[in-house]
Amino acid sequence: MAIPEELQYTKTHEWVRREDDVATVGITEHAQDELGDVVFIELPEKGASFGVGDAFGTVESVKAVSDLYAPVGGEIVEVNEALNDAPEKINEEPYGDGWIIRLRVSEETDLLSAGEYEKVLEEEE
Amino acid sequence: MAAQALRHTPLYEEHKALGARLVDFAGWEMPVQYAGIKAEHEAVRTVAGLFDVSHMGEVVIKGPQAEDAVQRLVTRDVSRLSVGQAGYAAVCYESGGTVDDVLVYRIPEDFLIVVNASNREKDVAHFRENTGDLDVEIIDESDDWALLALQGPRAAELLQPFTQTDLSAIKYYRYEVGEVEGVYAVLSRTGYTGEDGFELFVRPDDAPRVWRRLIEAGAVPVGLGARDTLRLEAGMCLYGNELDAETTPLEAGIGFAVHLDKEQEFVGQEALRRENEAGLKKKLVGFKVEGRGIARHDYPVAVGGETVGSVTSGTLSPTLNEAIGLALVAPDVEDEFEVVIRNKPVAARTVPLPFYKRDKK
Repeated sequence: MAIPEELQYTKTHEWVRREDDVATVGITEHAQDELGDVVFIELPEKGASFGVGDAFGTVESVKAVSDLYAPVGGEIVEVNEALNDAPEKINEEPYGDGWIIRLRVSEETDLLSAGEYEKVLEEEE
Repeated sequence: MAAQALRHTPLYEEHKALGARLVDFAGWEMPVQYAGIKAEHEAVRTVAGLFDVSHMGEVVIKGPQAEDAVQRLVTRDVSRLSVGQAGYAAVCYESGGTVDDVLVYRIPEDFLIVVNASNREKDVAHFRENTGDLDVEIIDESDDWALLALQGPRAAELLQPFTQTDLSAIKYYRYEVGEVEGVYAVLSRTGYTGEDGFELFVRPDDAPRVWRRLIEAGAVPVGLGARDTLRLEAGMCLYGNELDAETTPLEAGIGFAVHLDKEQEFVGQEALRRENEAGLKKKLVGFKVEGRGIARHDYPVAVGGETVGSVTSGTLSPTLNEAIGLALVAPDVEDEFEVVIRNKPVAARTVPLPFYKRDKK
């Protein structure tokens, strides 16, 4: 399972890419693999605000529904609308075209490094 | 994980070798998927898929009064089953609620009842409790059988080279005893996918070889995930979802398997007759979600803000690419209602079952 070094992670299997005060958020390769074929996603509205740990949407596979939790707090500046028609992008490119939201960060917490996240996965095994 | 406590079918090592994702299903460690539910689902609809359903139970009813016993235990009139034939039936409590839904095979002297894995112990106890006065023997043979299901439009063509039995001579819901890949097998033209196909009862030690040969010949291994989406598209009930102790087979829409006019009384017959006369308290409907979202098991069904039932099964149909589901609702519910998806009412409309029907040649 790929765990890119340059990203930060949560125990709930989201990833974060920081560019200045904007954070791009998606789910990890491990998360999409656990879910299986993603068939539906519920995205938040642009302009909505979420605190750290708030559920901001849901992702559904054929079998399961899973909440998405905000790894950082802030206002949604962009949502990946393409996922509405092509949710399978989350399976295909979880760290690329499968990104989910972009937030302007106003609240932060300690996130996991790639190495720390790898340990979380090992403990889950 | 309490993996030690889980039971394994004779094909467990095959699943591991194929990289299956294994989950606890009714106390069995079973493959939920191999390559992915959508791909496996499509393989069954277009080519042929192979399922391990060895967790299902096989209960043999034998003895001089075997037919009397089975007549009492199931809703179908099994006197109308000939040797070589199988019939779908419900097992009921006196209340009319459902103990299990089963397949009854008439074998020359006896009957074989194939039961759900989750209900096996409960069923055997129920069978014994209700036939104490009859000269019958009730034998749980579940551990003596592996069960493989080969399902899909190419199933017969794929299986034929492995058996001397003329598969074209086996009609739907009939079986033949023969050999597959040189080992003893009961070849039954039955399934739970809405496709043509066979269920193969083989001895546990023989199962891995038969499994491997069929995979080598092109059958795609399919897990329980796609088994569920396939049966739902085909409008078939799953015990624990559509059927349970509080739901009668009439309510769950399987009245075709209930012979209320059967001369020999079955357990629950009186209650079902009364319900049939008085009218159902709830009914099973198929529906499509018209708004955005996927209905799931236990989501409420509402009309004008008032809860009128609940979703029993729901998924995104891989074949139709639409959110479909089954729901048990009040009998007066009409064609339009809402499914409450995470506190949000979403429009849904009833559609005739099944959602998917194969083209018959």
